Amino acid sequence: MFSRAYKAAVTLPPLVWITVFLLAPYLLLFCYSFWSVSSEQTIVHSWNLANYNELVRVDVYWKTLLRSMWIAARVTMFSLLLGYPLAYFLSFYAGKKKNLFYQFVIIPLWVSYLVRAYAWKTILGSDGVLNTLLQYAHLTKHPLEFLLYSPFAVVLTLTHIYTPFAFLPIYAALEHIPRNLVEASHDLGATRGQTFWKVILPLSIPGVVAGATFAFVLSLGDFLAPLLLGGPSGIMISNIVVSLFGAAYNWPLGAAVSLCMLLLVVSLLFFSERLEKKWSFS
Amino acid sequence: MPASGVRNIGMMTTSEIAMASVSSSVVRGPLLRIQNVAKSFGKNIVLRNISLDVAEGEFLTILGESGSGKTTLLRIIAGFETASGGEVWMGEERLDQQPPYRRRVNTVFQSYALFPHLTVEQNVAYGLRVAKRPEVEIASRVKEALDKVKMSAYAKSKPSKISGGQQQRVALARALVNRPRLLLLDEPLSALDANLRRQMQVELKSLQREVGISFIFVTHDQEEAMVMSDRIALLRSGELEQVATPREIYGRPATAYVAQFIGHTNLLKGQVQAGKVRSGPFTWSAALPDGPALFSLRPESLHLASQENAASGSVRISGKVRHQAFHGATELIRVECADGLILVVRIPGSAGALDNVELEFFPGDAVVVRESAERI
Repeated sequence: MFSRAYKAAVTLPPLVWITVFLLAPYLLLFCYSFWSVSSEQTIVHSWNLANYNELVRVDVYWKTLLRSMWIAARVTMFSLLLGYPLAYFLSFYAGKKKNLFYQFVIIPLWVSYLVRAYAWKTILGSDGVLNTLLQYAHLTKHPLEFLLYSPFAVVLTLTHIYTPFAFLPIYAALEHIPRNLVEASHDLGATRGQTFWKVILPLSIPGVVAGATFAFVLSLGDFLAPLLLGGPSGIMISNIVVSLFGAAYNWPLGAAVSLCMLLLVVSLLFFSERLEKKWSFS
Repeated sequence: MPASGVRNIGMMTTSEIAMASVSSSVVRGPLLRIQNVAKSFGKNIVLRNISLDVAEGEFLTILGESGSGKTTLLRIIAGFETASGGEVWMGEERLDQQPPYRRRVNTVFQSYALFPHLTVEQNVAYGLRVAKRPEVEIASRVKEALDKVKMSAYAKSKPSKISGGQQQRVALARALVNRPRLLLLDEPLSALDANLRRQMQVELKSLQREVGISFIFVTHDQEEAMVMSDRIALLRSGELEQVATPREIYGRPATAYVAQFIGHTNLLKGQVQAGKVRSGPFTWSAALPDGPALFSLRPESLHLASQENAASGSVRISGKVRHQAFHGATELIRVECADGLILVVRIPGSAGALDNVELEFFPGDAVVVRESAERI
């Protein structure tokens, strides 16, 4: 079929890429997590479990991880609650305007993440758009403090940023449902509501799972939103990793935290893929 | 499940039955009345002025080429399309203003449209579940319906695990289990291969007899329509060409299009003058008004004439055989006659190779057809 040289030419570049930019860094990360830092701030290449020990012993790590997961869970929930109805409306009722609406949903993705995060800072700050408006309307006397530098701000921003990611796979799944199944359901006496719960929702589960996975995994690993809008109470696990690799200069501990996160995410992806397979029927 | 008609009779007194049998046509009227239904998509007119009745327990076939509007008509009855004009009545109930889920009509879709996430059993139970029937009743009716289409062995299978013919049966059971007054079938056999298709034609027909539900069957296959139907409604570019029994539509086609669409035919243009028809090389007498006329002459109405004894009153012509197509029991031959007239003739399959032949037909077999349906 194809010559050896051709096969090599096609497979080699991605292979090199994966090795240099994926396998090697992960291997390095893995090694670092079992090393330690000496009192002279140098990295000692002696194998030990001290870092993992510390992760269990010091509660700030796992508490932050739990908080990150809780934030990610809320972001996922809100993204689905916004993304699903939107996708459903677009797929089934938008008619000829479908593509226009679709572009509206996609457009924010073309705007830099940073710009959007800063935009929320401008909106939520104590001199921000929202607080000024509330005071102008005499709804509050003083600027509301909880709006910015809080988990609320982080959840709000991440929901805004990741809703399109939840929307897209759901929309794709809905578009894939043969319309004659909907007709068959109506034909057999089911109302629109019954048809939604008994046919449309079950058949869109793979899209929901994929969308939820995107929203959860992406927001779990986010560090910019908590950095810009989170304040002390809105810190997430990635911010700890950043500071461990930066100011704290404890790469081994940072590597251990990263590896735990990686393990969590990989098992999540594995689980969600199983779920998607279980619910796909083509 | 007892047919609804049988059940109704069971509840009547003897005198009522006697009365019903006398005046049934007056009292009950047709099951479905389609009145002046029209449909257009934008500027594209798909159906115009369709009026059609379907009787209780009738097997009616809507026959037409692709693009004739037959599926659109079916979808209007089912409620998936709204008519641009006209009305659809089921008894005393105006059907076309009801959503599909309120109509006592069920559909068997061309691609079956079985729910892929549900088992065969759950698919069949769907209509009863949404109607919130008691579970005990659902179980027994589903079992009965699956038995009827011989699919009980596959009750727990997912639709993707069974063959096309089996999916077809499940789709049928899923519709019939709801005991609709009318079943719509949108080319349900078109995806099956020829043998299975013929088998299903027979099964479907006998099933319809058994349950006594009216069927409206859409197909583009004229042979299928002939085999299965009580009546055929032939659609051509959105208009009804003829509605009649298979025998009538074959023997007495109303238009040239019908004659050509249903089976083979020879169309002869003629001129009538004082009881004599002149058509190319032929002349025969017929009681027709003067003027031009078009005749349909079926291939089997032409016979090979023996030289010696000509049947009295037959019209004869000689010609040269140009083509012979062997079909087993019969053979279709194309004969070139005087004036370049080509006639298609059906002869017994045992005729062997032919060259110059003498043909004859009886004037009564040449049926007058209209050029096209009257456009109102």
